[in-house]
Amino acid sequence: MGTKDTIYEGLFNYGITRRDFMKFCTTMSATLALSSTSIPKIAEALQQKKKPYAVWLHFQECTGDTESLLRATKPSIAQIVLDIISLEYHETIMAGSGHSAEKALHDVVKNQKGKYFALVEGSIPTKDGGIYCVIAGKTAVEIAKEVCGNALVTINVGSCSCWGGIGSAKPNPTGATGTASVVPGIKYINLPGCPANAENITATIVHYLTFGTLPALDRYNRPLFAYGKRIHDNCERRPHFDAGQFVRKWGDEGHRLGWCLYEMGCKGPMAYQNCPTVKWNDGISYPIQSGHPCFACASNDSWDVFGPIYNRAPHVPGASYQATADKIGAAVVAGTAAAVATHAVIRTFLGYKQKERFSKEKNEADKMK
Amino acid sequence: MRAVENALGIVIPDNARIIRNLINAIQYIQDHVIHFYHLHALDWVDVTSALKADPTKTATLAQSISDWYNSSPTYFKAIQNKVKAIVESGQLGLFTSGYWGHPAYKLPPEANLMAVAHYLEALDFQRDIIRMHALLGAKNPHPQTYLVGGMSIPIDPNSQNAINAGSIALMNDIAKKSLDFVSKVYIPDLLAIASFYKEWAKIGSGVRNYLTYGEFQNDNISNTTNCWLPPGFIRNRDLTKVEPVDHTKVTEDVMRSWYKYSDGDGKAKHPYEGETIPNYTGPRPPYEFLNTEQKYSWVKAIRYDGLSTEVGPLSRMLVAYVSGHSRAREVIDMVLKKLGLGIDALFSTLGRTAARGIETLLIAEMLPTWIEELATKIKSGDLRIHNGEMWNPDKWPKEARGYGFHDAPRGALCHWIVIKDKTVANYQCVVPGGWNSSPRDANGVRGPYEEALLNTPITDPNRPIEILRTIHSFDPCMACAIHLFDPDGKQLVSVKVK
Repeated sequence: MGTKDTIYEGLFNYGITRRDFMKFCTTMSATLALSSTSIPKIAEALQQKKKPYAVWLHFQECTGDTESLLRATKPSIAQIVLDIISLEYHETIMAGSGHSAEKALHDVVKNQKGKYFALVEGSIPTKDGGIYCVIAGKTAVEIAKEVCGNALVTINVGSCSCWGGIGSAKPNPTGATGTASVVPGIKYINLPGCPANAENITATIVHYLTFGTLPALDRYNRPLFAYGKRIHDNCERRPHFDAGQFVRKWGDEGHRLGWCLYEMGCKGPMAYQNCPTVKWNDGISYPIQSGHPCFACASNDSWDVFGPIYNRAPHVPGASYQATADKIGAAVVAGTAAAVATHAVIRTFLGYKQKERFSKEKNEADKMK
Repeated sequence: MRAVENALGIVIPDNARIIRNLINAIQYIQDHVIHFYHLHALDWVDVTSALKADPTKTATLAQSISDWYNSSPTYFKAIQNKVKAIVESGQLGLFTSGYWGHPAYKLPPEANLMAVAHYLEALDFQRDIIRMHALLGAKNPHPQTYLVGGMSIPIDPNSQNAINAGSIALMNDIAKKSLDFVSKVYIPDLLAIASFYKEWAKIGSGVRNYLTYGEFQNDNISNTTNCWLPPGFIRNRDLTKVEPVDHTKVTEDVMRSWYKYSDGDGKAKHPYEGETIPNYTGPRPPYEFLNTEQKYSWVKAIRYDGLSTEVGPLSRMLVAYVSGHSRAREVIDMVLKKLGLGIDALFSTLGRTAARGIETLLIAEMLPTWIEELATKIKSGDLRIHNGEMWNPDKWPKEARGYGFHDAPRGALCHWIVIKDKTVANYQCVVPGGWNSSPRDANGVRGPYEEALLNTPITDPNRPIEILRTIHSFDPCMACAIHLFDPDGKQLVSVKVK
């Protein structure tokens, strides 16, 4: 057995057959919503010589995004960390600790300058000199500047590193914010979510390895392949929304039959992510499928703007919204109650910000069509 | 959630209780397996030594301790080739920073190779079984079906959008795989590895008090004592009795923590009266060391009845043992007998790690029973998942307060809530990592981590793998930096705790 030269050979050594490998490339192209002609390209990219280097930073977080990464199925976590990237630093799962671990991190920053992926989990506290998150005697701000500032690209994994996440919810005691506002000017991708879905983390890396470019991003730097549509657009309960069939109580007949969760507080009409198509944990489920409303975990300021979780979102139009979207957007911005389908009696307990966000994102989505 | 249910006097339906037990159970199994293989094993297993192993002898070793199907010489040869390819590529990834070749590694190459193979298998195993968590909880991590009053995952055997016979079948399949892996891989590996490290039954003993709130409820109210793993407090390692748990005995002071209390940092406060006012007094970063004679931690000093107390699998297993939990007694006695150790061996780094494995086996054995309990309820026609009596906040009293006991895989966890005029007036979480990593209190008494590190023999101060063994045995949950000092205040070594 000789030196492992390519990612493909690595997989081969791991007992993966050529057939399995091509199957994996096909799955990847599906996650990335690419045409079948891209499959050979993915296969070719994964047969390159050296694995790209990567480091994973933890700041103010719960390690949920790491846990999510460990649930990756396509490819599996073992394939990712052993065969696809060379993950040299990851506080939770690396073998080393202390000075030895610090050295591994700094070796990558120094020796692979401009060539490595910096994956970041957790928000960065900026108040009071950054003392709320200090690792090895250095503040998160300082670490981010050094590590993200020298990376090929920074991938913000989860809402916290994208824009502060729950740590930045009012009153934001630590001044928590995302990586890009602490290290301005870096090239970065946001993969928001609470946590980010493992399949989207993997697909982003594979996209880069395959095409040599970052995936197309929206105005919040989210890849379109994962965040280009609203939950509502792909929701399997959408026909019930259109038909005016709503869950009214937990466990009622509509709930058991999979009716629409809009009345129970679902923010799917305002939330951009691919949960309904990719789902979670190898396609087992996702919140709406399990009878719980989406609370827009991948949206900026979701805690302040989209909450409370169980309050019904305002101004979500009914079946004919495609035709009337612009009118409704305009009406919302003007601060008036929008005319909506008869089944949706709109209450006005949600703040202006939420309406504003909805209308802004709606307009943007329309422009992209 | 249990705290709010307690505050508002909510009794949840049977199905909600059973589903919560099932989600907890699979979470425990997954969490403990990940901890053992991916967060702790490499403190004991030298990956590079696996290169020297004879795959045929490895197969013989594996087959002698278990009838797990994956144990052929060809299989172990393939794993060895895999490790070899990684080492030869010069891109070691996660293994870059390990203390390979350290003299404290005691396993023969064959045992190392077997453990590395199972490290890889466990990665796939944990991902596979946690699908049950997603089935009932919508996704993992961060499940979303928990509601105050019950669960949001509907049950209806005649619907394709609810828990039905297909879901039960999937859960049974996962339960079978879980018990298979735990009984045929995890437990045999644990025993095999432990047999080479028996001196660790005398190291890392830590504080002398153990607490669990109990978990896997048999009835439907918050904080019930009727749990499959019983609640209890063991004082001063007295294994003749278990004291009932009283939440009012939980207190926190901030003498050594970067907070201030309005009436004095040294005054221990119950969480209902808890305050969280940051007061950082440490050095300006970047810095090398912290001064432990002053405030030095973001964790408060949590105490039970004024005592520094350990929480986690060891506490649960000790309380179960002394309470007379028959299966717990059998398995604990079996493990100790196989290792030739007495009950006192449990008060150690090895004991903590063994208790986690023992608990995993007990839960994996119980899983089919809880699935059957759910199936029986569905069969009886009971589809209730939620008690909505208090869903509307207009029905709440003007003031209410409550607490919610839970034992998470890492240990005792409780939230205290004070509700005034339909809003949260105070909320305090006292969590397992806080108990175990708590700093010194107003009396200068050390917390469990610090106490457990006393008298740890260190072979090489520049590569303090022994420290990692003890700290990791607690399953620490934060990525943080701690600095360790010997009793004279002289710095021993600084360690980054994962």
